[in-house]
Amino acid sequence: MADPPPDFTPVILITGFLGSGKTTLLQRLLLDPALSDTAVLINEFGEIGLDHHLLERIDETMVMLRSGCVCCTIRGELSAAIKDLYSRRERGLLPPFRRLVIESTGLADPFPILSTVRSDPVLRHHFCLGNVITTVDAVNGAQQLDAQPESVKQIAVADRLVLTKTDLATADAADRLTQRLRHINPGAALWRSAEDDLDANALLSADGDGVERCQPADRRDHTPGDQHRHADDIRTLALSFDEPVDWTGFGIWLTMLLHRHGEALLRVKGILNIAGPETPVAVHGVQHLVHPPRHLNAWPDGDRRSRLVFIARGLDPAVIERSFRAFSSVPYTPMAREG
Amino acid sequence: MCALCGVLGGVEHWTDAVARPGVFTRNTDAVSRRRERTKRVVAANRVLAHYRMNLADWQGSAFVLSSATGKTEIVDNLAHLWIAAERLLGRPCDPLDGDLIALMERELG
Repeated sequence: MADPPPDFTPVILITGFLGSGKTTLLQRLLLDPALSDTAVLINEFGEIGLDHHLLERIDETMVMLRSGCVCCTIRGELSAAIKDLYSRRERGLLPPFRRLVIESTGLADPFPILSTVRSDPVLRHHFCLGNVITTVDAVNGAQQLDAQPESVKQIAVADRLVLTKTDLATADAADRLTQRLRHINPGAALWRSAEDDLDANALLSADGDGVERCQPADRRDHTPGDQHRHADDIRTLALSFDEPVDWTGFGIWLTMLLHRHGEALLRVKGILNIAGPETPVAVHGVQHLVHPPRHLNAWPDGDRRSRLVFIARGLDPAVIERSFRAFSSVPYTPMAREG
Repeated sequence: MCALCGVLGGVEHWTDAVARPGVFTRNTDAVSRRRERTKRVVAANRVLAHYRMNLADWQGSAFVLSSATGKTEIVDNLAHLWIAAERLLGRPCDPLDGDLIALMERELG
């Protein structure tokens, strides 16, 4: 008998610019028997055979209230489609799928989709956000990065990057694009679809947040002479902090920062050495949206420093670092020292 | 309910995450919750003092934000705090503001 579905079904988002190979990747992943218990939502009827999977159509309607409150950025039909899947699963009308994969349109901003899953009053009790997988076309990717801001954002929010069509691009072009992707998002694991064995479990499973791949020595904020400087001024800052972080001060700081600069902060992720607990806390955010902090069982490596990675557009990394230290240091008051 | 848009069942804010396996939160029991709220008021007032504003706990269920001129607003959580603060203040509250950072650094000593 199949295992029952998890309490929180992970929602995995496959995004990437038009023609970057999202559907091809999905086709490839769905051939893996390990993903047989996967539901799929696709925004247009594709041509892939999904005979034992589930196919829903979502039109790109979005409900946006005038307040601009992020919790109102709800993509109505997406929400309804996921609820319908959930309802049919619970009533036994569908196989007990253990994960949901959403393939978005090439022009979609990933944020409203993530926001819908995280914010919907029903969905957030039954689904959790899984990885964002972004496909990048090795032939046209560099041009898209220059011309299409959505493309940069799709890369910045990714947990996994898949460089596609590497067999069609020159080795030099693929390497230069890889380097550029590393600059935009050093924390995401990267595969080359033509050469690498795409392990579905590795692509879809959660990992150590990728912060270990962003060492402080790799400060990737770009100088004016940087040949890979992005037209839209994306910068990555990886910072570390030796002293324990005051959780309350950090919460005040990050909510204030995201309120004022959430549009520009494409990605925040990190592991924190919180004053008090022995084990680390992982934080993970996309623009205004911050996931519930996760308490990890152990440090992923021997390094017990807090590490944070920011991918930001138009913000000065040095100022972010100075501000973080000023707000999140444990102040010299007996109350704050308790942790 | 989301105080801004009136949507029932507003989003769970990450600083007040519901306790469940794997989630780090201080929203675990009554004592921890109240202790964290008290610390939050202290930490927020470190920042709000720069704007001559003040935050106070209200019945353990909300916060009251007051300006120097006596204007007040009730806010649910930290996400709404900065929206309300800017509305009362009439200008942005920016954690990357050099003057604010300098003030915070002086307090740390």
